[in-house]
Amino acid sequence: MKVIVAFLLVLVSILAVPAVSRAQPAGTSAVETFSDPALEARARNLQRQLRCLVCQGESVDESGSPFAADVRHLVRQQIAAGQSDQQIEDFLVARYGAFILMKPPLQSNTWLLWLAPFLVLGLGGAVAGLAIKKAASREG
Amino acid sequence: MIGELGQLSLCFALALALVMAVSGLMGAQAAGSIARKVATSSAMGLLVFVALAFGVLTYAFVVSDFSVLLVADHSHTLKPLVYKISGVWGNHEGSMLLWVLVLSLYAAMVAGLQRGGARLTSAALGVQGLLAAAFLLFILLTSNPFLRLDPAPFEGGGLNPLLQDPGLAMHPPMLYAGYVGLSAAFSYAAAALLVGEAGWTRAARPFMLIAWIALTCGIALGSWWAYYVLGWGGFWGWDPVENASLMPWLIATALLHSALATEKSGAFSTWTLLLAIAGFSLSLIGTFLVRSGVLTSVHTFASDPTRGFFIMVLIALAIGGALALFAWRAPSLQGGAAFAPVSRESALLLNNVFLVASCACVFVGTLYPLVLDALDGTKISVGPPYYALTFAPIFFALLLLVPFGPRLGWKRGDLKAAWRSLYPALGVAAVAALVVLAIVSPRGLAATGAFAVAGWLIGASLIDVRKRQGARASAFAAALAHAGLGITLMGVAGTTAWRSEALTVLAPGQTMTVGPYTLRFDGVTREKGPNYVADRAHIALMNDDRAQTMLLPEHRFYPAEGQDMNDTAIRTTGLRDLYLALGDDRGGGRYALRAYVSPLAPLIWLGGLVMALGGFLSLWGRLRVKEPEAQPAAPAVALAAE
Repeated sequence: MKVIVAFLLVLVSILAVPAVSRAQPAGTSAVETFSDPALEARARNLQRQLRCLVCQGESVDESGSPFAADVRHLVRQQIAAGQSDQQIEDFLVARYGAFILMKPPLQSNTWLLWLAPFLVLGLGGAVAGLAIKKAASREG
Repeated sequence: MIGELGQLSLCFALALALVMAVSGLMGAQAAGSIARKVATSSAMGLLVFVALAFGVLTYAFVVSDFSVLLVADHSHTLKPLVYKISGVWGNHEGSMLLWVLVLSLYAAMVAGLQRGGARLTSAALGVQGLLAAAFLLFILLTSNPFLRLDPAPFEGGGLNPLLQDPGLAMHPPMLYAGYVGLSAAFSYAAAALLVGEAGWTRAARPFMLIAWIALTCGIALGSWWAYYVLGWGGFWGWDPVENASLMPWLIATALLHSALATEKSGAFSTWTLLLAIAGFSLSLIGTFLVRSGVLTSVHTFASDPTRGFFIMVLIALAIGGALALFAWRAPSLQGGAAFAPVSRESALLLNNVFLVASCACVFVGTLYPLVLDALDGTKISVGPPYYALTFAPIFFALLLLVPFGPRLGWKRGDLKAAWRSLYPALGVAAVAALVVLAIVSPRGLAATGAFAVAGWLIGASLIDVRKRQGARASAFAAALAHAGLGITLMGVAGTTAWRSEALTVLAPGQTMTVGPYTLRFDGVTREKGPNYVADRAHIALMNDDRAQTMLLPEHRFYPAEGQDMNDTAIRTTGLRDLYLALGDDRGGGRYALRAYVSPLAPLIWLGGLVMALGGFLSLWGRLRVKEPEAQPAAPAVALAAE
């Protein structure tokens, strides 16, 4: 019980900082934002899924490069024009190639990429199961 | 003159490495006692000459000897001394020399400590000598750091400003201590195959631990550096270069656990050998990925195909040779321990399955795009969303199982008893989840789950520490390392779920708010650093209309290199970071400003530190135990193996 109480105290002291809220749209002219929080959230989410092609390992959302600014502008233009997320991604892929997507598409030449970790997990699990069975039979 | 001294040292070092390789392998025979002595002394000599070469290069950097091409290309008289020194490894040639220095250091430790039987140690030195010779050859043939430049220029080209940072000055030596430390485990494994000695894990364990600690610290340091330098508050981008360091860590972690079982009961002896080979192979592949220019990033100093080719051949020989040796000799080593399905052994095996699958995930994610591009020219990128869907669930499942391991007995464990002893931890997990749901907004399933698992891990570790007072250091070590995982998890989850940010353009005197903070922009001044000029923003952290603290993020320009860099300002309470980065000049004294509040961010690195501390404790426990005291355990191991 002491453990729980101690942990509770620590956790409360950590989390009792004033509850923070999500990013406030800056509302200044030079930084593009939607006044509608739902649209803004969609834009931010999309921006996070897109790779800045001129940076290393940064998304369009994070990067300060002019390229990223252009893509952010495009995303917002398309959202304003009523396009769906999928349509916007397709548009950007047509324009810049699939490399721009942080999340590789599932298609004929990427299924192995998506499946490999779980294949290894399954295969490893099976081998481990056999090893354990063998060890158990030795014990018995 | 001094440069030639370095060159000469490298040639001597190569000769000694070859002597060490030959004599070490000869010493693996029973009758090779003289060869064993030669191998030991040549290991010491190797260290002396590589250290001399490294010292010479460092001296050339410190005195800015621009008649050395490498110094002229990568240094500058105006650089602060620290960065002149770190500039030694801030380039391809120097970093390879550092690599060999660390390799020689481990060889000397293997020779000096003489852990394990004389034949085993000798064979390990032989393998280590082969590796040293190969890398020295690589340096002398393709990456000579001592090439001359005539006439010498008056000023050097400078160092990439991104690398002029205390965190990154320390990052490569730390990471190399880990990467190359796995070479000792590799050499011992190969030696065990050659000599046929099953007790190698005991001899190699301190080296595995040192390597693991260094990798843990190196990765944490790299992540911290990315956090405060890159200017957007991210701590891990699944960048191929980061992945290259994570893969050996995952395998080294698996190795530490598997070797434990091998040492205790002779279980998984062949599997442990394979892991030792795989760990160092991934270090080599990481080096290849980073150094060959296959990936282009901050870390890639060389884009020279001959080097890439040379490293590739080297890797193929090392990995291929080790695997061939394994295929040839491993069947004769079969231990075949007996244990019940519910036992510590099974738990460790399960741990390995999950760690290897996590590593496979990172491996595939890193290399698949390269292979696909080479095969049919399709360019895809594998970013964080991929890892969130593959790595995260696998690693999460592993974390759920972690607390059971230390509670199951060797040979035969009691799952019910383990479960019962974990009730308090379950309580902690539930409380953590409830606290997150009740107090913090926004609520999220991922954050709640992550905090529950963190509570589960930390709670279980606390019980361990409480229940096993007076127990061996290793139990505390495991508890610490596992708690560290929980702490890091809290940091990652907290930052990801509750980070708030503000992106604003401000004129002097204007204020902005981010999270609970109000900030006032007091304008930008022009400052002069030792080798840069900076636009320094003065930002007051307000407390009821009074400036409480000043934060000074900078935008630096390095004229020698012609490059810009951000210097962020971070104010931390230890549990929450306020993070500021200065953006572009928007004219009329107005500047763009990025501000983030990252709750619990410091816990990410604190957790890494706690894990490393666990490693240290385990190492200390190991080295404190004198060999004679440890002897009684050895027959037990042998018996168990039969």
